Amino acid sequence: MDKKFNIGQKLVASPYIVWVAVFVVVPLLMVAYFAFFGDEGKFTLEYIKSVGQYSDIFIRSIWMAAVATIICLLISYPLAFILSRMSKKTQSTMLMIVMLPMWMNFLLRTYAWMTLLGNEGLINHLLGMIGLGPFKMLNTVGAVILGMIYNYLPYMILPLYSVMEKIDPSVLEAASDLGCNRIKAMFRVVVPLSIPGIMSGITMVFVPAISTFIISRMLGGGGNMLIGDLIEMQFLGNAYNPNLGAAISLVLMVIVLIIMAAMHQLDSSDDDRVLL
Amino acid sequence: MENVISLNDIVVSFDGETVLNNINLDIKDKEFVTLLGPSGCGKTTTLRIIGGFIQPDSGEVIFENKNITKLPPYRRNVNTVFQKYALFPHLNVFENVAFGLRVRKLPEKEINKAVAEMLELVNLKGFEERNVQNLSGGQQQRVAIARALVNKPKVLLLDEPLGALDLKLRKEMQTELKRIQQSLEITFIYVTHDQEEALTMSDTVVVMKDGSIQQIGRPVDIYNEPQNAFVADFIGESNIIDGIMLKDRLVAICGHEFECVDSGFDEKQPVDVVIRPEDITLTANADEKIHGVVRSVTFKGVHYEMVVDSSDFSWLVHSTKAPEVGSEVGILFGPDDIHIMNKMKG
Repeated sequence: MDKKFNIGQKLVASPYIVWVAVFVVVPLLMVAYFAFFGDEGKFTLEYIKSVGQYSDIFIRSIWMAAVATIICLLISYPLAFILSRMSKKTQSTMLMIVMLPMWMNFLLRTYAWMTLLGNEGLINHLLGMIGLGPFKMLNTVGAVILGMIYNYLPYMILPLYSVMEKIDPSVLEAASDLGCNRIKAMFRVVVPLSIPGIMSGITMVFVPAISTFIISRMLGGGGNMLIGDLIEMQFLGNAYNPNLGAAISLVLMVIVLIIMAAMHQLDSSDDDRVLL
Repeated sequence: MENVISLNDIVVSFDGETVLNNINLDIKDKEFVTLLGPSGCGKTTTLRIIGGFIQPDSGEVIFENKNITKLPPYRRNVNTVFQKYALFPHLNVFENVAFGLRVRKLPEKEINKAVAEMLELVNLKGFEERNVQNLSGGQQQRVAIARALVNKPKVLLLDEPLGALDLKLRKEMQTELKRIQQSLEITFIYVTHDQEEALTMSDTVVVMKDGSIQQIGRPVDIYNEPQNAFVADFIGESNIIDGIMLKDRLVAICGHEFECVDSGFDEKQPVDVVIRPEDITLTANADEKIHGVVRSVTFKGVHYEMVVDSSDFSWLVHSTKAPEVGSEVGILFGPDDIHIMNKMKG
């Protein structure tokens, strides 16, 4: 009986196992293969080593993604908290408004920012009417970060909201009862209880932001190349070199994994002490 | 004794519905006060007004002669034990109890000492490092009590704190709470719908119904001299019979005249007559003024509970002796056992 059930479970799970194997594990192995083996099929570290020459692009990508993630967190945190304390009905309306931009095509959304930020764009046009500008906004670092924030903000709000929504209001009342004003209650109760949401929000914004290439292409001009652009060039662009592209991807993946692991380490070791 | 808290003309309504209708209540220092009533009677709302979690529409809350109506909870010298404990899930037992002291930034040494004392008081010594989510209901309850008491509040508010515990544990905790209250000499304001709990633990019971106070008194007085049929029925079981007051000390029940001890009613005034089931004696003599047939007998441990049908009323009777079901019995009660009350309005 028990055994049969286990076989049944395995049967049910098998399509997913096949899926993961074919579409996740195999491609990853292929990327690794391309990164370490040249055209003749011989092992080489040449590609990995040559990734080093792009360190400035790596550094730029990391800090821009980090800035975008931090700003997303700062905007989302109070918003998600206020949202989680509203009546259930308002909550669902507000959530829809938050998600609304996500239903629009990513390219279109980003393209819209081009027309807003351009030298002849709407914002400069309006500023011009009161005698200011025009300012160069498009094709700057700021524009790229803005694009990241705008596009990935919902991915920060949603995990934060879903964690905060589960915080029992009576726990906040207890904090108030025990001497916390709103701000103290926030730091002593809400923040520690929402750490899982903060972690997954950061992951869900930082990872796509560090590897984006559309946003930097459209809003950054040519001057603000990110890792994503670099990788794309190796596969589709003039610099065609899939082995180097694979090596860059692999290095990026390792960097992201290290950053994430470090963050989770910080999270669990600080569990009790963060409040003191 | 000094009044520690006074509620003056408190009115609260939610969405146009009146929840508290003109509540006036004085609570004395070091007293164990219970707010008792069925669900929806406004007892929890009253507690939350004192805690500062709800602002009344009108009226004032006086705490040691100061008006604290507008003060937020964190600036009041009261602490609350919440209905579902509301422990901080991210903190262990020690840190939960220490929470209020840490907020006040007391030195580490004092915190350690105070928390240790409190855990000792609620019998949770050795549980410091435990995760609160892995504790039993009774243990979580104790943590909640310790967490509130460690702040040395003048008044402790308890919102149905034993509601989620099983009967045996509840009895234990009742005794324990009473012991804690007496050893610390602070005022407890306790909300419950359990009349037995209220009678066992309290110095003063406040019976509430539909947002207003029905009666305030010592448990004995509330039980023996309920002010209206609602109180009589809510506190213990009662036979409530329609009666007519003929003159002072004479009432008509079920078409017969009975002597009683109450006076001051109008002649021919319709009244509620309350007779406690344990005050009724059954006799084998079926010729009494009121007599009936025993419909059912249920064994309740200490006594039997019987229902006796007379011609116009079904009597609830408690006695240690039980006649046969179906036998004819006489129903006897003395003048002292008859409690006359004004008819309830509505």
